[in-house]
Amino acid sequence: MTGADPDGVREAVDRAYREEWTRVVATLIRATGDWDVAEDAAADAFVRAAERWPGEGVPRNPGAWLTTVARNRVLDVLRRRGVEVGKVREWMAMDEMRGPGAPTDPADVVAARSGAAEIDDRLRLVFTCAHPALPLEARVALTLRTVGGLETPEIARAFLVPEATMAQRLVRAKRKIRNAGIPYRVPEGDELRRRLSGVLAVLMLVHNEGYLASSGDRLLRLDLQEEAIRLARLVVELMPDEPEAGGLLALLLLQHARSAARVDASGDLVPLDAQDRTRWDAAETAQGLAVLDRLDATRPAAAGPYRLQAEIQREHAIAAHADDTDWPAIVRRYDALLALTPSPVIELNRAVALGLAGRAQAGLDELERLEASGSLDGYHLLPAAQADLLRRLGRADASAARYRRAIELAPTEPERRFLTRRLAELDGRDAPDLG
Amino acid sequence: MRYVMFVATDTAPDRSSDEGIPVEQWVEENDARGTRIEGQRLQPVRDATLVRVRDGETIVTDGPFTESKEWIAGFDILECRDLDEAIEIASRHPMARGGRIELRPFWNGEEDE
Repeated sequence: MTGADPDGVREAVDRAYREEWTRVVATLIRATGDWDVAEDAAADAFVRAAERWPGEGVPRNPGAWLTTVARNRVLDVLRRRGVEVGKVREWMAMDEMRGPGAPTDPADVVAARSGAAEIDDRLRLVFTCAHPALPLEARVALTLRTVGGLETPEIARAFLVPEATMAQRLVRAKRKIRNAGIPYRVPEGDELRRRLSGVLAVLMLVHNEGYLASSGDRLLRLDLQEEAIRLARLVVELMPDEPEAGGLLALLLLQHARSAARVDASGDLVPLDAQDRTRWDAAETAQGLAVLDRLDATRPAAAGPYRLQAEIQREHAIAAHADDTDWPAIVRRYDALLALTPSPVIELNRAVALGLAGRAQAGLDELERLEASGSLDGYHLLPAAQADLLRRLGRADASAARYRRAIELAPTEPERRFLTRRLAELDGRDAPDLG
Repeated sequence: MRYVMFVATDTAPDRSSDEGIPVEQWVEENDARGTRIEGQRLQPVRDATLVRVRDGETIVTDGPFTESKEWIAGFDILECRDLDEAIEIASRHPMARGGRIELRPFWNGEEDE
């Protein structure tokens, strides 16, 4: 291949970045134990690719090219610092002989000898970045930076914090990994399941941050949602037998497929039942459904919180119109979810589903019980749910009172606008112009 | 890596019926495994003494100590492969249930910037 087509080369560099960053950086971290050196060398390799590929052509195996360039860079940097590089070089040579991911850790060598599967370095990276000894926000930042390959300023912008704050968060996280002895290792046995749920929780947080800004006027931050999907795909690729990883991926895909329909031209929220379903991304929906189908075929009995939530989204995805939604099926999933992870928010969603399953009064009774419990005090979606069911029952005055309460509590401007519009529709007036 | 494991009381101990293993068994296990270098239970805070040197003068007092309902009841020094091993060992100590445990790595010799 020649370097004649600059667009093609740029695309090849971008693709290599998306596909190879994690592998390159993960291998270098294992070889050196130094996260900063590994990240800098990986970044440097991609800069060189952008410089050299236009003239030299895109190598047949971009991943191998990048890994070699990055390794040489690591050896240079370490040598310049006066580090004895013999051991690092030995590790790297071992990788070349046995293929990347060959164990160097004594325990892993034992595991490999006993016939356990080879461990992909990317999986070590995923688990270390999500280690519970790190503060939660650092786990999120580190996962995006090191696993996802996002630049620090990008991450800072996505989380609406100053760049220096985000940089400091990353520095502290890496320092704690080094100083506290957080291992670069995939946990084993019972610990694996527990820690995997921590990894998935980090991805869910990345997604949620993109789904709904917790305050302010920016409703959709698509980049973070796409990033969460990309990372979830990686985890599923690395751990194909874990039903919750697949469940999370399906959940993220099915939700993301509705992005275009969720907000109208003026930036207002469109509720699920009013969304133009032809604007849902059919390809993404199909991918999400396929992940669930595969789980149904291979792991029919393994119910977990993410899979159940994905199955709820599936009920929406397969309903041609809002009226076709199988609400009783959704109520059953919420029952299963509550049995696994009791939470007042899930109880709230179950009550709404119950109300929409043709049992509005039963739903309202549940909501009243939840309100009396005080567990959702100050949560705007509780009065909003009450308002909606009251409206469906034709109790306009009671409904209006609950909408007003929900508007008081709503944390974001788009949500306030949506609720205000609903209130106005109830009164039979046009929505007031809020400018 | 070496860690000091501070064993402390906690105002919200575990209320489940799972009592774990007795401390003697924990000590025996970790001594045999080579993961426990040394450890001691400590006299309560009421028997503690505070020493400060200010302006060349040694000031010895009975306090004040940080007002706290959680106080250090003992310590162990662990020699572990990494934090995950230290966590696994700490989680088997009975005071992980009855109190709380803080794992502090030995200083690695580098000054933080």
